[in-house]
Amino acid sequence: MALSREQIAMRVAQEFKDGSYVNLGIGIPTLAANYVSDDISVMLQSENGLLGMGRYPDEDEVDADMINAGKETVTASIGASIFSSAESFAMIRGGHVDFTVLGAFEVDQQGNIASWMIPGKLVKGMGGAMDLVAGAKNIIVTMTHADKHGNSKLLEQCKLPLTGVNCITHIITDLALLEIKDSAFYLRERAPGVTVDEIREKTAGKLVVEGDIPEMRF
Amino acid sequence: MAGFNKVVSSYEQAMAGLENDMTVIAGGFGLCGIPEGLIGQIKKMGVSGLTVVSNNCGVDGFGLGILLEDKQIKKMVASYVGENALFEKQLLNGELEVELTPQGTLAEKMRAGGAGIPAFFTATGYGTPVGEGKEVREFNGRPYIMEESITGDFAIVKAWKADRYGNCIYRHTAQNFNPMAATAGKITVVEVEEIVEPGEIPPSQIHTPGIYVDRVIKGTFEKRIERKVTRSA
Repeated sequence: MALSREQIAMRVAQEFKDGSYVNLGIGIPTLAANYVSDDISVMLQSENGLLGMGRYPDEDEVDADMINAGKETVTASIGASIFSSAESFAMIRGGHVDFTVLGAFEVDQQGNIASWMIPGKLVKGMGGAMDLVAGAKNIIVTMTHADKHGNSKLLEQCKLPLTGVNCITHIITDLALLEIKDSAFYLRERAPGVTVDEIREKTAGKLVVEGDIPEMRF
Repeated sequence: MAGFNKVVSSYEQAMAGLENDMTVIAGGFGLCGIPEGLIGQIKKMGVSGLTVVSNNCGVDGFGLGILLEDKQIKKMVASYVGENALFEKQLLNGELEVELTPQGTLAEKMRAGGAGIPAFFTATGYGTPVGEGKEVREFNGRPYIMEESITGDFAIVKAWKADRYGNCIYRHTAQNFNPMAATAGKITVVEVEEIVEPGEIPPSQIHTPGIYVDRVIKGTFEKRIERKVTRSA
């Protein structure tokens, strides 16, 4: 069965390593923070200038000067630091952030990503997404495998305007975990109960299936 | 000593010299760390044709959003403008021009502008609509695009505390774009919550040294919260 948003987030969180610095985009990526194993510690980077983003505040802790990149009120965790936007993007662009997780409209087999602009619809802006995909070491995209009309979002070539080129290495969808290399999507894991055939059918780009593909474990 | 007293007592003095068609760089992220009173003064002055450089354009009725009400902004340079119905309307009407700029590139454009660096190369935006028409250079096998820095006729900044020398510190994530904006204005005006005695902020803890600052004004702030989320919610 296809994964829920929460299950996609759970699988994302399994990728994090102890001591990693992680930037989570809005939506499913943000949920991943809830599923980080108790055995490891990660530090969340929020690109408005906070490294060590903590939980949401209690009512009496709400502070207008303490927000995350989604403009939500937050707290700082132990070990946090706060800095300017230039400093924040120096750590992003400079490759110091270990993992970036973000959503997308499309990803292609070259590792290109389109996530910010649909021609003909109002464009609100890219925010920090272009900087994040240009800078992070490991970029994980979370999205549904196909749109609501059944059209694949894993393409030979992105059709929408790009956010970044040759930058995506991993995709976690509601059906599968895939790695992008050598201009192809390598199927690494299946969602429990989802067949390779179903994934093949919903992957428009070149899909490589090597041997038996294990199911995800939670 | 009077030469270093940058404190002004009215918003009129704080924004004196702002004219039509000028470029204004504003600190802030969303509604966090915005110079509310200075924005209000720009509205009151009624200047128009402004180019405003800021990460966002406020919301309807608050922050930079109020400058849209009388169509004072001609062009907005920002990374994200989705919070604002009036913005959307004026954009679709062709009354407002927008230059969407990646957030990190925007911060660096201000930083470089203030630091006397006219342009820089970044991988951000290469191969995307942002990179179109920009010079591409390869360094160590990777393509980068050239981005030009930004300076403004005015920079409007929100700090937590400043002394009369213009030395500033920011509070929590209200820092955001403010330190870079402060460096990039021909005239930099800082609106603060508190004016403190010189020396009260330890020299090594000053975020923005007074050399960048021309005027300081004590403001009053509503500090509206854009998305209040609590643990219990």
